Amino acid sequence: MTPFRAMHSAEAFCVSLAAPDDFEGWRDAARRLIQADVPPDRIVWDSPADHSADLFAQGERRLPAPPAHAPQPRASRDFVQYAKSAILHSDSKRFSLIYRLLWRLQAKPRLMEDKADSDVRSIDELARQVRRDIHKMRAFVRFRVIEEADGERYVAWFEPDHHIVRSNAAFFVRRFTTMRWSILTPRGSMHWDGEILQEGPPATRADAPAGDPVEALWRKYYASTFNPARLKVGAMLKEMPRRYWKNMPETSLIPELIAGAQAREARMVAAGGQDLGERPATLAGMAEAIRSCRRCAIGCTGTNSVMGEGPQTPVLMIVGEQPGDTEEQQGRPFIGPAGQLLRAHLQDAGIAIEQAYVTNAVKHFKFAPRGKQRLHQNPTAKEIDVCRWWLDGERALIRPRIVLALGASAARGLLGRTVSVQKERGIPNLLEDGSELWITTHPSYLLRLQDHGRAEEEQKFANDLHRVAARVSELSR
Amino acid sequence: MPQPALPAQKTILERLEILADAAKYDASCASSGTTKRTSKGGKGIGSTEGMGICHAYAPDGRCISLLKILLTNHCVFDCHYCINRKSSNTRRARFTPQEVVDLTLSFYRRNYIEGLFLSSGIVKSSSHTMEQLIEVARILREEHDFRGYIHLKTIPEADPELVARAGLYADRVSINVELPTVAGLTRLAPDKSATQIEGAMTSLKDSIIEAKDARKRFRHAPKFAPAGQSTQMIVGADAATDADIVGRASTLYGNFGLRRVYYSAFSPIPDASAVLPLKRPPLMREHRLYQSDWLMRFYGYAPHEVQQAAGADGMLPLDIDPKLAWALQFRADFPVDVNRAPRERLLRVPGLGVRAVNAIIAARRQRRLRLEDVGKLTVSVAKVRPFIIAEDWRPVLLTDRADLQNLIAPRKSEQLELFAS
Repeated sequence: MTPFRAMHSAEAFCVSLAAPDDFEGWRDAARRLIQADVPPDRIVWDSPADHSADLFAQGERRLPAPPAHAPQPRASRDFVQYAKSAILHSDSKRFSLIYRLLWRLQAKPRLMEDKADSDVRSIDELARQVRRDIHKMRAFVRFRVIEEADGERYVAWFEPDHHIVRSNAAFFVRRFTTMRWSILTPRGSMHWDGEILQEGPPATRADAPAGDPVEALWRKYYASTFNPARLKVGAMLKEMPRRYWKNMPETSLIPELIAGAQAREARMVAAGGQDLGERPATLAGMAEAIRSCRRCAIGCTGTNSVMGEGPQTPVLMIVGEQPGDTEEQQGRPFIGPAGQLLRAHLQDAGIAIEQAYVTNAVKHFKFAPRGKQRLHQNPTAKEIDVCRWWLDGERALIRPRIVLALGASAARGLLGRTVSVQKERGIPNLLEDGSELWITTHPSYLLRLQDHGRAEEEQKFANDLHRVAARVSELSR
Repeated sequence: MPQPALPAQKTILERLEILADAAKYDASCASSGTTKRTSKGGKGIGSTEGMGICHAYAPDGRCISLLKILLTNHCVFDCHYCINRKSSNTRRARFTPQEVVDLTLSFYRRNYIEGLFLSSGIVKSSSHTMEQLIEVARILREEHDFRGYIHLKTIPEADPELVARAGLYADRVSINVELPTVAGLTRLAPDKSATQIEGAMTSLKDSIIEAKDARKRFRHAPKFAPAGQSTQMIVGADAATDADIVGRASTLYGNFGLRRVYYSAFSPIPDASAVLPLKRPPLMREHRLYQSDWLMRFYGYAPHEVQQAAGADGMLPLDIDPKLAWALQFRADFPVDVNRAPRERLLRVPGLGVRAVNAIIAARRQRRLRLEDVGKLTVSVAKVRPFIIAEDWRPVLLTDRADLQNLIAPRKSEQLELFAS
């Protein structure tokens, strides 16, 4: 033991730092104390925010003069980094912990690498909490704009857990250089005028503005970006603990968002369709089930459904749009005027309609009443998609090699997408089960055309049917 | 002159509601990994510091970092899983580029956000839509000198020239592959083409590499999407298994130099298409996929090794994490000696994360580690114990026990979503 150490060994020292985050002050004092070989348990540290009650009055306020030629204390780079962070912590024991580590580092220079050491773990934990607080301040500060004589100023009220305000101000300067802003906290305030950063005294919530018109937009955004089908309150709380909520304009929405979430999800699932369950295994069974199908609005109008008809194992399946007025009354597909036209053209192309299975993409009749008449209305994409369940069922049972879709609705019922008939006619599509899909216009479209236009379209229609007929006879061989 | 009566224009507030709601099914909200910038010396605002900041969290546990909206939710495409598909009867709205710029800046000034994530439904044509998206980014960067984060969704069908321009303004660009299998894409997104999507991703990758290369030689060469490109896959809308998805993700990382693949558990949407499944997949499935993604990117697992953790049906177990599942299948690789084993072996120990492994490696230079020391470096020594050897510990019986899984698998409790951003 050096004579110097013996002289001071019984003496205690009090170090009063200028501020709770005064790293330079701590470092200067620590350097002299290490050089004077003062052990950790002989020092009491305090700052304006940390009052150490014990031994406070008894300690020597003057620091020992280090002996001449005392070497500089040794400190590894990672120690300095840890110390700079940990000193911002609000735990009063931080100063002595950091000093104790510095003391131990003199004998064991690589101490900081020993993550299982309890002092190293402690400083690691303090530094981690400080980093998190710094990060949360950058995230959760909310500015509100006020008008001042010389322009706008953005003012925020924030309550940090640790002494981070001064060291965090640089971030806001880097980010909002061209704005004038103030951050008020119970631990002091920072003011930026575009060029100079000034420190101010601690503030209270009442010093900050009470609102900002843009908050209505932000709250709307917050509520809308939330997906009620994936409620994870725990994950939210872990990253945004309740203690921050009171200074964030959006958080008052949280209780109602959570409360309404399950109901909203249930509504979406219910509106999305019903649990389809098993399909009947026979065409007759399906016809029976379709009769009472209420999965879309068309099924709920009280009309008769029209099931497909034809041989059970045909090569060709013909799909129209939906039953019309005549079909609905008689319960059979393609027996109205459009059906007549179709039959004539099929015959011309050499296809006997009795050899094909004929059905529709939608199995009920959609119409708008006009006096005594029922005017045909196109089914919506959604209605076609809902009814595709039944069309898929028919295809799975009768397994046609070729499917002829008449019009865009039929094509959608088979492909699940919106189809341009004029672009896709004449070229077969391969369906998932290996069958060929041919697309052409619906005969009722031809009926609506006049004169020259009709003749032209009817010719194209006939050409399409001839191509299909050729494929049918190839595949029937 | 009297104006013809138009239907009342929706207010900004109403349109924000519609267009934020329409954008929320995209999982990505990252604002990290770009170059460091500050607003010092500029005439605008904004900074980026490498690490992203989550400015709020919604009750779905997701981070809110960017203003994530669509320019419009009108769309000529008809993708079944999408709320904005042509055949959906959702409410429609659109913003002008200037309105998006104003919103972004007024949110940014109040410190609500890190920047903008802009996407759009396809209107008129893909190229027209892409031009509008770029216009927003251009006004922000050129007219307002905005230096915050910009993520632009890129439309694969748009003119490649436009896609290249997007990268000059944006920090990140992304194209969604949407579904893990081509069959799924054909069925659920009939207007999209896998070839086209992959082609656009390739050209983005080339532009990113080219720009990086140029900047090595010329200091003032323009930056191109410094935060790289990412993509998203919807999980649970088609029949793809976890093994399929893991395989697809690793191909994507490998072929296109992606920064991130996001997995989004299919979630029910209002006015859903009839071909979609009604029920969502368990959210835990998404979580397990993120964990397996982490194993491939940070723990040195090859894709086939992650696939080995899946069951015979190709699905990762929901009750235990994929790392533990792998360890239980390959018990011969354990126990691992914490005082001797190389880093890559330590990373295979269930319960040891990258941080704990780094701490072990640093600490064992100082002393021989006992089980108690390992306990100080990790969250749960009980989970780690069966798989390691320490100075005073050797798990002779434990590793061979048939009921090991029951001993260490977590009790049935809700795990937090650690990995989804």
